[in-house]
Amino acid sequence: MDGANTAGRPETGAPAIELVGISKAFGPVQANKDISISVERGAVHGIIGENGAGKSTLMSILYGFYKADAGEIYISGQKTEIPDSQAAIAAGIGMVFQHFKLIDNFSVLENVVLGAEDGPMLKGSLVKARKTLTSLAEEYELDVDPDALIEDLSVGHQQRVEILKALYRQADILILDEPTGVLTPAEADHLFRILRNLKAEGKTIILITHKLREIMDITDTVSVMRRGEMMSTVKTSETSPEDLAERMVGRKVLLSVDKKPPTIGDTVLKIDNLRVVDDVGVERVKGISLEVRAGEILGIAGVSGNGQSQLLSVLGGYMNATGSITLNGQAIDLSGKNSDGQSRRARGIAHVPEDRQSEGLVMDFMAWENIVFGYHHDLAYQKNRLLMDNAAIRADTEAKMERFDVRPPHPRLQAKNFSGGNQQKIVLAREIERNPDLLLVGQPTRGVDIGAIEFIHQQIVELRDQGKAILLVSVELEEIMSLADRIAVMFDGHIMGERDPAKTDERDLGLLMAGVNEQQGAA
Amino acid sequence: MDKMPRWADIILVPFINLVLAFFVAGLVVLAIGQNPFDMIYFMIKGALGSTSGIGFTLYYATNYMFAGLAVAIAFHARMFNIGGEGQAGIGGIGVTLVLLAVDWPHWTIALPAAIIGGAIFGAAWAAIPAYLQAKRGSHIVVTTIMFNFIAAALLGYLLNGILKSPLSQNAESLGFPPGAHLPTAHEVLAPLGIAFSKSAPLNISFLLALFCAWGLWMLLWRTRLGYEIRAFGHNEKAATYAGISAVRVTIIAMLISGALAGMLAINVVMGEQERLIAGFVEGAGFVGIAVALMGRSHPFGIVLAALLFGMLTQGGFELLWEMPAISKEMVLVIQALIILFTGALDNMVREPLERLFIRMRKAQS
Repeated sequence: MDGANTAGRPETGAPAIELVGISKAFGPVQANKDISISVERGAVHGIIGENGAGKSTLMSILYGFYKADAGEIYISGQKTEIPDSQAAIAAGIGMVFQHFKLIDNFSVLENVVLGAEDGPMLKGSLVKARKTLTSLAEEYELDVDPDALIEDLSVGHQQRVEILKALYRQADILILDEPTGVLTPAEADHLFRILRNLKAEGKTIILITHKLREIMDITDTVSVMRRGEMMSTVKTSETSPEDLAERMVGRKVLLSVDKKPPTIGDTVLKIDNLRVVDDVGVERVKGISLEVRAGEILGIAGVSGNGQSQLLSVLGGYMNATGSITLNGQAIDLSGKNSDGQSRRARGIAHVPEDRQSEGLVMDFMAWENIVFGYHHDLAYQKNRLLMDNAAIRADTEAKMERFDVRPPHPRLQAKNFSGGNQQKIVLAREIERNPDLLLVGQPTRGVDIGAIEFIHQQIVELRDQGKAILLVSVELEEIMSLADRIAVMFDGHIMGERDPAKTDERDLGLLMAGVNEQQGAA
Repeated sequence: MDKMPRWADIILVPFINLVLAFFVAGLVVLAIGQNPFDMIYFMIKGALGSTSGIGFTLYYATNYMFAGLAVAIAFHARMFNIGGEGQAGIGGIGVTLVLLAVDWPHWTIALPAAIIGGAIFGAAWAAIPAYLQAKRGSHIVVTTIMFNFIAAALLGYLLNGILKSPLSQNAESLGFPPGAHLPTAHEVLAPLGIAFSKSAPLNISFLLALFCAWGLWMLLWRTRLGYEIRAFGHNEKAATYAGISAVRVTIIAMLISGALAGMLAINVVMGEQERLIAGFVEGAGFVGIAVALMGRSHPFGIVLAALLFGMLTQGGFELLWEMPAISKEMVLVIQALIILFTGALDNMVREPLERLFIRMRKAQS
């Protein structure tokens, strides 16, 4: 890879990418409406917007996954048709997806070469790729062992392989879709260093994210999308997070959580030496002990995949474990007949699961069927011993939808037809309205728009103020820091340490998330 | 917001499917030098043109309803029960044992007993694959297919052995006592002054099938069990979260499925043949799969689909008789085309139609 800018691509003052009047509809949904943006060469350009604002559609059009209904694409001033991803790569566009497209049991080198081989025999390409990788590693801090298998790499390193793949294909324009969603703060910092290096070399970077802090950190210009339209494009230096949030949502938004100091009561949940082994025999939770008291929110921070999901599954009653858990001083079963979700609910544990679409809701069920999900044995929902009282359930649903401001408030609408935020409100309404002693909350605002996040946080804090115990699991540090009254960090199935949110910062928590406890030395 | 009005979803799409199917079938008939309009005429006349034709059509439809409902309940729990054929066969043994055990005084007493016999035997035959699926993870499709062969062999063995009638050369059981005779359509309608063919095997089990369709609808959409079955079928992971036992739902859904399939024997063994004959199910268990698919696993849809398949079966027999140039195989081709268009190629019509409706709605607003 001698010289990133290949011959044949004009070196003019024209913008690296210019989109003019791009529109795309899926059936009745107008995903992109007459969108025009222009990104200067060598700039880092952020695109923010709520879920469903049309960011991903726009990038998919740019990468040749979808064909726009109308509009034109100019690359370096030249009108370019992008019918498929091959054409996008040829035009110098590289894409790093949120979910990596890597082959787990191939080496880094093989993944980089895949699809860009020089001929039928691999050897030549591999030798060439090894050389390129070495030089790229030095140039951009993109060091990865070329012979390591993908499955042995950390998420941060896997992401570097994706970037290397794009650079190996001589990308001038790099698009990153929510790149920090799976990274620890330290990994994210490293990524941003890489991006700055790339920028210094004249690469153009488009960063899609919903994290305002990242936008402020690294971008030169930022475009805000709302409901398929490009609302505005501004210089990052001339805006603020509050201003951006307001542009995204269309109204003023409270970014920090407004809460009183906690009134802490007795211990509600006590976990002692809990161990969880998953289906394939891997120990995922390695002897943790925790306490959650009435009136407090215990936040569990950590990079996803460090045992938090298993912890929630055990507490929610659908995974077996060993050790002991007591609720209000009484033991609860960790295996056997009385350890299922029904028994947990009967004991006063409510659970807002991490993945509402695959766990918390039946997407094909209507809202009213989902509002009793898990509580369908409740006597209030039965007409007699045989039949459920569907009319009563629908009335109940209407009341809950109103209290939780679910839109549209139609009990007969299927769950899949609600937006992410409204789906989450349905789950929250169901769980919070049971008035549980302990509420388990996993990733309450994942894929939820900013307007709804504010509402969801308020509901959780309100339940806390009623003297309930809340166990919050989130991979969003900001969320944990603003909601939790106490923070425990999980790493590799252990609790790395506990912190008071007032006396810690992202750096300290970030180290814990990476398995380093500065107060006690490395794990 | 739904993509299409309900009437288009339930009536228009299947209707266009049928028209397409008959069009292609017509081309096939044309290709062998026959008149496609004759084909359509004889099929419809054969199925609906006389009380005898109607009687046979509804008799077949009764079988298809039981078989279709059996497949549908399993579908709702996301299981593919291909074993309806075998479960019906074993159900026949249950019906036979009950009816031969006692000299039944009247059908009103014999019928409930026979229903219990058929349902329990059918359910028991489904219980083994269900258990293997729930506890051992053996795929239900594979096990139920294999159990069809075992059931057929078992039936043949029994009918050549201890169940064989000493009075007959064939593999069949003794005739049931006269008190176990189910009223036929002719006998029910004659006192009302309606003349119905004496030869048609349509009997009171038709009403039983309709009742089962209603019962299944109530079960699925009005009871906790049905709620749990549907939740499990749509999203197994979410069902676990809600504390719904996968083992329980799997086994119960399959027991109901097997029981419904077993009740098919009421229509054939008790209602028509009044004795047990080897191979009496005659593929109705498999037709039930197509019926359930076409009826979109909804009891109401299954009743309609079963009526259509009843017409196809009866019309097909008449076609064989009236148009000798059309062979048995050709009748199968025509029936298969209809199944292909209504079941497998459903989206070919549905999706363009959905787009059309969306465009029309846009044009209006």
